[in-house]
Amino acid sequence: MATFTFELVSPERVLFSGAVDAVVLPATEGDMTVLAGHAPTMTTLKTGFLVVTSNPGNGRRVLVRGGFADINQNGLTVLAERALPEEELTQEVLDKEILQAEMIWDSTDDPAAKHAAESAIAQLREAKAALNY
Amino acid sequence: MPSLKDLRNRIASVKATQKITKAMQMVAAAKLRRAQTAAEAARPYAERMAVVLGNLASGIIVGPETPRLLAGTGSDRVHLLIVCTAERGLCGAFNSSIARLARDHANRLLAEGKTVKIICVGKKGYDILRRQFAEQIIEFIDLRSVRQIGFEQGDMIAQKVLARFEAGEFDVATLFYSRFRSVIAQIPTAQQIIPAQIEAAGTASDAVYDYEPDEGEILTTLLPRNLTVQIFRALLENAASEQGARMSAMDNATRNAGEMIKKQTMTYNRSRQAMITKELIEIISGAEAL
Repeated sequence: MATFTFELVSPERVLFSGAVDAVVLPATEGDMTVLAGHAPTMTTLKTGFLVVTSNPGNGRRVLVRGGFADINQNGLTVLAERALPEEELTQEVLDKEILQAEMIWDSTDDPAAKHAAESAIAQLREAKAALNY
Repeated sequence: MPSLKDLRNRIASVKATQKITKAMQMVAAAKLRRAQTAAEAARPYAERMAVVLGNLASGIIVGPETPRLLAGTGSDRVHLLIVCTAERGLCGAFNSSIARLARDHANRLLAEGKTVKIICVGKKGYDILRRQFAEQIIEFIDLRSVRQIGFEQGDMIAQKVLARFEAGEFDVATLFYSRFRSVIAQIPTAQQIIPAQIEAAGTASDAVYDYEPDEGEILTTLLPRNLTVQIFRALLENAASEQGARMSAMDNATRNAGEMIKKQTMTYNRSRQAMITKELIEIISGAEAL
């Protein structure tokens, strides 16, 4: 399978850099899978799991919160505002994230922001359930 | 002429000071390594962000619909200076050189008849600027309780700045911090962040981008984030510069203390010998007189 270059960057560090087969992105307008040779696209991300596949049947999940993805002929670059690899996800971390999202929800009156926060909370709860906590 | 005891005390106190400055130097060296790694780790994000923003902005024609963070408010009457300094002193000219740059900038703007507002991040810059610009300082952000600067601090400051911008409190914002070149070279820098200054993409791809959601919407989410990233980066660069400046300042101090000890010891030994000689002469001349 053809591979392409994928980079996952958070403000504090570079989390992943290398050749991969496929990446599933939690884009704002629906999840999308990026394969080699994807049309140049720029999209914003919502809260959710990003799945990196470097060899078939073996995905690595990273929880990202906000940010955007840039797909061009050089590959895919994801700039995540916050990124937590699956290994670092614990119940406390998730609970903290949920609390933060709820605080954002409480503090805003803008319907769009409120909706974004709501879906973030739902995603985080789902993540919590998926990890069996 | 100080007595022998005075000299002894003086040497002891300089030695104690030397111990402190040496310890501070070593602490700064250890902290510098951490701060430097953090600053370097944050660079890729800021660079990619600039590239993406450059790509995006080069395709947009400035019009009435363009976000004001990019196009500006159309005037440049009120200037906001965000001055980032350290929370602690004893780091050479680090704080004062940033403050001087900000002060010169503010004075120039005031001479042009513009309104100046200042946000101080860090206690030292606040202490220095307060003397001259007490009325212009609108906010003081204290980061003393923060041990390791995280993205949250950058975000917090950016939100405050954005809220003021949205409220129409200023037209142009400039960020003052010290860029970390090396341990001995920190460059005080002024960087305009609102309206955003975007380097035109050098080799912009001709490929047609798909935007999801549309360009305008991405740009409106991207610009505030860019602001956060710029501030975050400035804070990290500042932290590294501070430790670098402190390290070289304390290195100098330790060396000066060493020189001082050498000089004092010399005087001490000379006057001790003079004393002995004087006593001997007294004894000998006393014996001869008999």
